[in-house]
This record gives sequence, structure tokens and C-alpha cells, in this order.
Amino acid sequence: MRKFREAIIEKAILLNGFACILFVILIFVFLAKDGLTLFRTITIQDFLFGRIWSPLAEPPQFGILPLFLGSLVVTLGAAVISVPLGIACAIFIGEIAPRWMRETLKAGVELLAAIPSIVIGFIGMTMLGPVVKNLFHLPTGLTALTGSIALAFMAIPTMVSIMEDAITSVPRTYKEGSLALGATHWQTIYRVIIPAASSGIVAAIMLGIGRVIGETMAVMMLTGNASVIPKTILAPVRTMTATIAAEMGETVRGSEHYFSLFAIGLVLFGITFLINFLADMARHRKRQ
Amino acid sequence: MRTDRLFKILFVALTVFCAGALPVQAKEKMIQAKGSDTIVNLSQAWAEAFMTENPEVNLAVTGGGSGTGIAALINGTTDIANASRKIKKKELDDAQKAGYYPEEFKVAIDALAVIVNPANPVKELTIDQLSGIFTGKITNWNEVGGKDQKILVLSRERNSGTHMYFLEQVLRKGNEKGPEQFAPSVLMLPSSEAIINETSTSESAIGYDGLGYVTPKVKTIAVAAKSGGPFVQPSRETATNRTYPIWRFLYMYTGFKPRGEIKAFINFALSEKGQKIVEEMGFVPLGEK
Repeated sequence: MRKFREAIIEKAILLNGFACILFVILIFVFLAKDGLTLFRTITIQDFLFGRIWSPLAEPPQFGILPLFLGSLVVTLGAAVISVPLGIACAIFIGEIAPRWMRETLKAGVELLAAIPSIVIGFIGMTMLGPVVKNLFHLPTGLTALTGSIALAFMAIPTMVSIMEDAITSVPRTYKEGSLALGATHWQTIYRVIIPAASSGIVAAIMLGIGRVIGETMAVMMLTGNASVIPKTILAPVRTMTATIAAEMGETVRGSEHYFSLFAIGLVLFGITFLINFLADMARHRKRQ
Repeated sequence: MRTDRLFKILFVALTVFCAGALPVQAKEKMIQAKGSDTIVNLSQAWAEAFMTENPEVNLAVTGGGSGTGIAALINGTTDIANASRKIKKKELDDAQKAGYYPEEFKVAIDALAVIVNPANPVKELTIDQLSGIFTGKITNWNEVGGKDQKILVLSRERNSGTHMYFLEQVLRKGNEKGPEQFAPSVLMLPSSEAIINETSTSESAIGYDGLGYVTPKVKTIAVAAKSGGPFVQPSRETATNRTYPIWRFLYMYTGFKPRGEIKAFINFALSEKGQKIVEEMGFVPLGEK
């Protein structure tokens, strides 16, 4: 009886495991089916390297280069802001802070992840936008930089939480050895702990970036969504995610425009897949 | 035993889940209305008033955009599609292929106000000038009688029926398939609120919004259909008597000739009481036809 029961449980768990993968595959097939239909009428080059995104024009133009660069600028900006902050925060929590403070800090950082992106978007629109506008004397505060700052705050919790795990999982003996050789605490952190945790840190950065590139709501509210090829980070940009979110509602089902949005989804899927793959590689490098 | 308890919990959860999934045996009649975000508040207000009068009917209103609403109608997942634009030829064909014969109802009028920052000295613009500004031909306020300042152009996102309407009636001056297009540098904002917010804080901004959303923080522009023609400020009166040039109908579509509760609901929306709600929500009643 017990054996029978156990067999059922095992099978159920197995099924669940497969279900997750199945869903990913189904989603991918769904995306690919509609996304690839676009290329019956438009060449891949025109889609990927076209400089004008103008889906409602006659004839429509589906060049995602400005959108791709928009996503890139916002993501890089967010990475530049969040990576140093994240690493510093993780080192402080993992190595320097006293124990009582450690728990509070960690909980606080993780709470940051629980703020819905629309709230961050709203705060950014009403508080951050005017600051950016006045600081740089811009005609509008809705720029790539505004989006980057807001997204950096959304990426930090993911980063800190994984980095901190990587830092605390560095064997104590490394640290003790270094200190015993006469290195100061800072030298130990800088020369021993960070290199030892580097694979985890890289993975954390990758996952943080993955979160940023897929973020939609805050970006849509903060970056102005003008589909121009960005020349500076202080210009409004339009990201791929915001384009899908903004245009899907009103498009005619089964039209070229509709398929082009799925094709953008496919590009995004590819990028996220690549980032997760790299993060995984970085994480496994440690084990070898 | 641990596992026993686990099983019991699973079993109970499963039972509850299944019971929830069973179709609720309808004492209540369900109507789904889905579509344009422009009308979602208005539609909700109608639904609430209608449900107080007819407690046996249950109305669910959701937004998502006119395209979403019409697609849902074609898929058979909604009874009424709210739309802030007319149904497109392709959608009509798709609907007929799926076995539906969409019926159209004009339910309200929406006037679009062109708005600028109160500090902007420009008071009036023609449709031609507006078209020039939004397509990027006119880039400085001094070309239309304002200060020497670059124009910051704001638009609603492409998912909004308001965007489509403005594109067809203002940028393309009524020629729906015209070549004009929003300039790539135009900022696309996701909500009416965002347009108002940005216009009120940025001195060089120009945008457009439904009349119902306009607040004293921004200034409305008087618009003339033709150069030299009379410039008209947007208001309920000028939209009702059609002297203000930028207005549009708001629509409801049903899959078939409406019957029963759906018919009652549409009749309610068109009734005097329903049209009073239109006015309360900041739109313009249909008035005399």
C-alpha cells in the first residue's frame, strides 16, 4: 500500500516537473507560430534593422531597431546604476553588517521586490520625472535615464539577494586563512571573497538584467515611448516591452501589425533566454 | 500520518477547486462588456445604474482596448464590445467567418481637446497647423505664433482609440488612408492622466485628451477646421452642435441583433437616464440626431 502511494506521489511530482517545461514549450510554440507569420510579408532584415517603427502608416513600417536600442539603453543605464549599488549592498549585508542588522536589511531589500511595478512607475512619473527634467534642463522628464533609475531599483532586490547568498556561501576557511595571513578585512573582501563568489555575482547581475529587460509597466510610464533611435540617455526612448503592451490592445487580430508584435515577443524571448543561459553558465562554472 | 493529512488537504482543495469551476447555475444573467479603455468608466457607470434597476442581471465590464473588445466578440468571449473607433473591414469579415453579424450602436460623443501648458501664449490653431505639429513638420512654437521654443509633442499610445481617431481626423485631416503619420519623436504616453500631468509641468508641451479628462492645470486650444475659419473652444455645447471640429462617436457592438438583457442594457444606455450618465462622466450626450 505504501509503495503504491509512493509511486503515485513520485509520478505526480514528475508530472509537475514536466508540466513546467511543457508550458514553456507551448508558450514558445504559440509565440513562434504568430511571430514567424510576419516574415511571409516582411524580410527579417527589414524587421531587425529597419530604422522606422510606424505600424499604422500606409504602408506600415516594422523596423525594430529603435525599439531594440531603446531597450538596450534603458537596460544598460539600469545596470550601470544597479550593479555597483547591488554589489556594495550585498557585501555590506553579507560581510560587514552586524547580525541583528543583517536580517532587517535583507528583509528590507526583499520587500523592495514586492512593490508592484505600476507603483514604481507612478512614483517615478510624479517625483523622479520632474527631478530629471529640472536637473538637466530638459523639455520633458520622461527619458531613458528616468526609466533606468526606476528599473535599477527593481533589479536591486534580485541582485542583492542572490549575490548575498553567493558571498555568505564562500567557505569560512578562505576568509580565516586570508585574515591569518595578515590581510585587513577590506583586503579579504576585495581579494578573496569577491573572486570566490564571482560566479554567483555574475549570475545575479544577469538575472537582474533579465528582470530589467522584461519589465513593462514602469518603463511604459517613464520613458516617453518615442520611437526614435536614442542619441543620449537623456532622450525619450521606446522599449520593446512597452511597444507590445501599448499596441496589442488596439491592433486588428491577424493583421501584420499583430504578427509583428508577436515577432517582437520572440526577439525578447530570445534575449531573455540567452541571458538566463549565460547566468546559468556563470553559476555552474563555480562547481567545476 | 503526515501523508494522510497531505492527501486530505489535497482532496479538499481539489473539491473546492472543482466546485468553483462548475458553471454557476444561473439565477443571475451574466452580460460581458469588453473593450475600449476610453469608455470603460462610462460603461461601468451604466452597468452599475442598470444593475440597481435590474438586480437579476450581472454585468461585467473590462477594458483592454477596442481591438481587444472586438477580438473577444469574434471569439465569443464577450456579449458587447465597447469601441472608440468603428469596426474595421477585416474585423467584420473575421466576425462573419466566425458566424457573427455585428450590430453597431452609437452610444455617446467624445470631444477631443487639444491642450497646452497655461503659460503658453498660443490660443488657437487650425487643423492644418495641428497636423503639421503632430507629423513633425512644425517643430517650433514661433511658427504658430508662440515663443521661440521647441515643441514637445505628446500623444496617447497606439493602443488607444483616441490615438487612431486623432491620426485619422487631425493628422490625416479626415482622409483615413492618408500618408501622414505621427513623427517618431512624438512622446507616446500610456494614459490620459499622464498627458495632463506632462502638459501641466512642461511649458513647451502640446497634447490631446478627451474633454472629460481636462483639468484647470492645462489650457485648451480653440481649433478651426479651415484656415481663416472660426476658432472654436471645445465644450459640451460646441461638441453637441458640432461646431467644434474634433469629436467622434463611441460605439457598442453586439455579435447578433441584441435580445433580452443585452437589448435592455443598450436601450438603457441610450435612454435619457443613460445619456445623463454620459454627461456626468465628462462625455457628450448624443443629443438630437
